[in-house]
Amino acid sequence: MERPYPRLTPENAFFWTSGSDGTLRFLRCASCGHFLHPPLPRCPICLGSKIASVAVSGRAKVVARTINHHAWHAAFPPPYLIALVEIAEAPYVRLTTRIINCEPDEVEIGAPVRVVFERQGPAWLPLFELEPK
Amino acid sequence: MDKFESRSRITGIGMSQVGRRLGVDPVGLAIDACIAALADAGLTRRDIDGLACHMGPVSSDGYSGAGIIDVEEVLRIHPRWFVSGHEMAGHSGPLLQAALAIAAGLCRHVLIFRCTWETTALARARSDRDPAPQAPWVEGDHQWRLPFGAFSPANWIALYADRHFNKYGTTREQLGAIALNARANAALNAYAVYKDPLTMDDYLSARMISTPLGLYDCDVPCDGAVAMVLSAADAARDTRRPNPIRIEAMGGQTTERWSWDQDTIDHEPLMKGAASSMWARTDLKPADVAMAQIYDGFTFNCLSWIETLGFCPTGEGGRFVEGGTRIALDGELPINTHGGQLSAGRLQGYGFLHEACVQLWGEAGDRQVPGDPQVSVVTTGGGAPGGAILLTQG
Ligand SMILES: [Zn+2]
Repeated sequence: MERPYPRLTPENAFFWTSGSDGTLRFLRCASCGHFLHPPLPRCPICLGSKIASVAVSGRAKVVARTINHHAWHAAFPPPYLIALVEIAEAPYVRLTTRIINCEPDEVEIGAPVRVVFERQGPAWLPLFELEPK
Repeated sequence: MDKFESRSRITGIGMSQVGRRLGVDPVGLAIDACIAALADAGLTRRDIDGLACHMGPVSSDGYSGAGIIDVEEVLRIHPRWFVSGHEMAGHSGPLLQAALAIAAGLCRHVLIFRCTWETTALARARSDRDPAPQAPWVEGDHQWRLPFGAFSPANWIALYADRHFNKYGTTREQLGAIALNARANAALNAYAVYKDPLTMDDYLSARMISTPLGLYDCDVPCDGAVAMVLSAADAARDTRRPNPIRIEAMGGQTTERWSWDQDTIDHEPLMKGAASSMWARTDLKPADVAMAQIYDGFTFNCLSWIETLGFCPTGEGGRFVEGGTRIALDGELPINTHGGQLSAGRLQGYGFLHEACVQLWGEAGDRQVPGDPQVSVVTTGGGAPGGAILLTQG
């Protein structure tokens, strides 16, 4: 069975295809600099409509994690680590994601991580791995 | 304060058969609950002039077992006012809406119901010879979690629990006290799905779902329906009981982002506004509350509500429930006296409303909270918007 992937729309395609050049991008308000995630057509801070996607470093910090042990989906054999990470440039922007290339129990709250993309259907999923010590 | 809540009373409650994989038409369950609530209030369907429902039309995923459309097709109420939906102040949002409609003079007696049939719907889907093709893609809010293997609220809420454990030193044994309390109460409740004794060893050795949440931290899906009649205060005099239940205050403000991961993560999100807006509408304080019937889709949700409602400071919830004596039937704050959704079954918030009424009327039998309880708090939801209600004896 195939893993689920996000259905691409004109509104979200920039995000889900951003990894094609190895770069993570988010929408940002050109007027006040606020990052918008999930994507929005107007800025919730200043109501500005000049909104464009901008590249970020791909660095992030783990703020919560859970090791999933239940087989919800045939293509996701447990155990695997799900984490919540906050983006370095805008800590109020978070991604629910997986931390890969390590054992699930190696990931601590506060751990610095960096993005690594995984192709799934038409999307490049932003996963993360621990920054080398 | 002249408030909308004081213009209506809960005059009757009803419940259908409740259980796992009942294999019956869920609309029939909803009708059974409605008929029981009408009889409990001493009314007939001809007396009802409003309908309110959480969720919407019957859905094949089992989450909704009946909407207004399904119930009206049988009961033929011809409602002057009705509401149904999901974007409300918790599962109990329709109660708040109905109280507003009554206060505005639109209705005299509103029938409120919620039906779920998750276990039968799942069994049907598994045995379906012609299953609907499953799209490989996900959309809407699910796109931000499901492609990463975070399929279930068990995963999303485990992340908050992880934060709470790390920040405040909360432990598995403390969450376990909530699960054990629910099971002990369920043993005294005829309709509860799981009544077998549960020990701390059972709890700790059960299979892990998503750390730190194990099997008994998760509630139990079921089939069943609950209904209640909300009547205008003066019209309540025409009903069966001399002491219809009063609504002291209701809260459903949202003060956080409607998101599972972008805003509050130390607690279940979307509870704080519901709790604070409820307390703002009453002179009563947490110390005046005799019992709490609070949403426990997971043990952690219950812990979040305990803290959010102000029964203890933020971060102290684990120590508050530890050992279970404080939250037991004869404790200082009995919690989920019917067994909660953890053991009695996931009636989508309506088990809590039902139990609060049963207890305030003194009709809970073996599980009756001692000392003639006068005030119960009821909460539903969280994650999705929460709702908080303070009910008092009439
Ligand atoms: Zn802006």
